[in-house]
Amino acid sequence: MNFHHSSRTDIFESPDFYEIDDLLTDEHKLIRQSVRDFVKKEISPIIEDACQRAVFPEHLVKKMGEMGIFGPTIPQEYGAGGLDYISYGLMMQEIERGDSGMRSTASVQGSLVMFPIYAFGSEDQRHKYLPKLASGDFLGCFGLTEPDFGSNPSGMKTNLKDMGDHFLLNGSKMWISNAPKADIAVVWAKNEQGRVKGVIAERGMEGFSTPEIHGKWSLRASCTGELVFDNVKIPKENILPNIDGLKGPLKCLDNARYGIAWGALGAAMDCYDSARRYALERIQFDKPIASFQLIQKKLAEMLTEITKAQLVCWRLGMLKNAGKASSAQISLAKRNNVEIALNIAREARQIHGGMGITGEYPIMRHMMNLESVVTYEGTQDIHLLILGKEITGIQAFV
Amino acid sequence: MKILVCITNVPDTTAKISFTDSDTKFNKAGVTYICGPYDDYALSRAVELKEQSGGTVTVLNVGEADSEQVIRKCLAIGADDAIRVNCEPTDSYFVAQQIAAIASQENYDLILMGRESIDFNGGVVHGLVGEMLGIPSLSPVMKLDIDGKTARITREIEGGKEDIEATLPLVLGCQEPIAEWKIPNMRGIMTARTKPLKVVEPTGDDLTVTRKFELPAPKGAVKMIAADEVEKLVDLLKNEAKVL
Ligand SMILES: Cc1cc2nc3c(=O)[nH]c(=O)nc-3n(C[C@H](O)[C@H](O)[C@H](O)COP(=O)(O)OP(=O)(O)OC[C@H]3O[C@@H](n4cnc5c(N)ncnc54)[C@H](O)[C@@H]3O)c2cc1C
Repeated sequence: MNFHHSSRTDIFESPDFYEIDDLLTDEHKLIRQSVRDFVKKEISPIIEDACQRAVFPEHLVKKMGEMGIFGPTIPQEYGAGGLDYISYGLMMQEIERGDSGMRSTASVQGSLVMFPIYAFGSEDQRHKYLPKLASGDFLGCFGLTEPDFGSNPSGMKTNLKDMGDHFLLNGSKMWISNAPKADIAVVWAKNEQGRVKGVIAERGMEGFSTPEIHGKWSLRASCTGELVFDNVKIPKENILPNIDGLKGPLKCLDNARYGIAWGALGAAMDCYDSARRYALERIQFDKPIASFQLIQKKLAEMLTEITKAQLVCWRLGMLKNAGKASSAQISLAKRNNVEIALNIAREARQIHGGMGITGEYPIMRHMMNLESVVTYEGTQDIHLLILGKEITGIQAFV
Repeated sequence: MKILVCITNVPDTTAKISFTDSDTKFNKAGVTYICGPYDDYALSRAVELKEQSGGTVTVLNVGEADSEQVIRKCLAIGADDAIRVNCEPTDSYFVAQQIAAIASQENYDLILMGRESIDFNGGVVHGLVGEMLGIPSLSPVMKLDIDGKTARITREIEGGKEDIEATLPLVLGCQEPIAEWKIPNMRGIMTARTKPLKVVEPTGDDLTVTRKFELPAPKGAVKMIAADEVEKLVDLLKNEAKVL
């Protein structure tokens, strides 16, 4: 697939009002700069066209693999990065600064497919799948959500039946990122005892199909689909042996949500950077619009929220590195950062006036993308409920 | 093939330039440093040549400890090891002396560097190094292929290009499109952690002292002259801009 190259050069610079760079190592900064350069070279020039036409830039999977974007925190012996969580966060920030859809592809591959295989898989499964997923030779997807069970995955209907030498998998999954192009799927299903188990389904297994969901106004450069299992024979060695229960998928979500907290910050930075430049260039009433107080208020609020979100991310990253970040702490960061990113996108769109609704600027694309980001991996309200339970000790989901 | 790539640690192209100490010192505060863009081309070509036909790539920087982040990036891109001559690179002759001192200890087949640095834009270090080592130097080189001991080079000349054949060893000042800039990947960044970076002390003395830096005068506002006022335009060019 050929993509039309944008005539605009990506000149993004990230704000660092509180000199948070001082908290990073030289290696962190090199990683961030390298991924930023990668985004400027490979993603920014084509992303507008990919989104306008709703085409998944499949060639970027291999390129992201070569770059080392997939599963950076998984040890090097499995072909992955062996880096820390700040590095992972900075990578997600930069990729989503380019586009949330591309970050989704990377998050799913790294946190939702490679992570469970690494954390819950057998040594054979690790060696079989992880190097190919890390290099981008394989694309993976993660099936938890079902048509009737979104915020409430524990009600899932997808099921596994023990047939002696294999399992039979039946059911369907909905809204699955990467599904239409995935080579493998990590699928969560209930066994006959009603316990949630993770299985690895491979493309080509009889009865397994991945119809694409069309007509999205959000994450248009990411492919989304269903996973349909009609008496799919799953070999016993494809069960993830070291996990039992819903905590399996929830642990994966912790990692992905952590990446989203950084990613949304990246989208917010891009909107802010574009709005700041535009406000200084755009003349109305014989002055740059940046000279009007109401525009300055918007920019000042954006920078404030970005700075706070940067600090949240950095601290959460240090807690992750120490193995101490709790699910509730991650919820706070995911919810807050996506919310501020959406607000910043909306304000940035206002600053760009009519130009803000076009593909000349990245704003509207970020804004529409963030409507998915605010919904998947736990909706805004579900994260409030998670925090509410943390504060009061009372769960209010049901 | 043994390749030495000399790199500069220079302010980013978008850096705001100012001076301190009565305009005698460059103000480094808040300035991001990068590997000189022309040096980056040289390094990329060196790594490609190594990938094609084996050998080693050593990165050399004449600079203080704050250069090391840029040196690590070069190692992440694919250089095997690095040497830093521990001093401030005060002038071209001094820098060339340091490079020649290092190069004379090893038999490098190729000594590559950018056509010029982007801070002082002297563009003479390659020539000086060639002279000091008694080997040919060429610049600006836009294309470089190696066949055994022979280098095939395309050089930019005034208004055109020149194809040259020369025998190694050579010193070359490089520019685009000799290679495409390389972005380090995560594996490269990880392996760069343990690649050797040797620090050596300088030899010789610098010959110059900076007395004063001066920025160009700020650009004035654009004046629009109506198409039918040619005389006014000529008058302004003569008497105000003083270019006629
Ligand atoms: C583009 C995209 C990609 C996705 N990728 C994946 C993927 O790769 N893998 C995967 O498994 N899933 C994926 N999802 C699914 C996503 O995780 C779900 O959409 C999400 O969990 C919400 O589920 P739902 O859409 O069924 O909404 P529902 O759960 O039906 O929620 C509808 C509304 O009700 C609210 N609500 C629900 N329960 C409560 C409650 N107890 N109290 C108060 N309010 C409540 C919600 O906050 C929401 O506002 C993706 C979704 C999208 C849009």
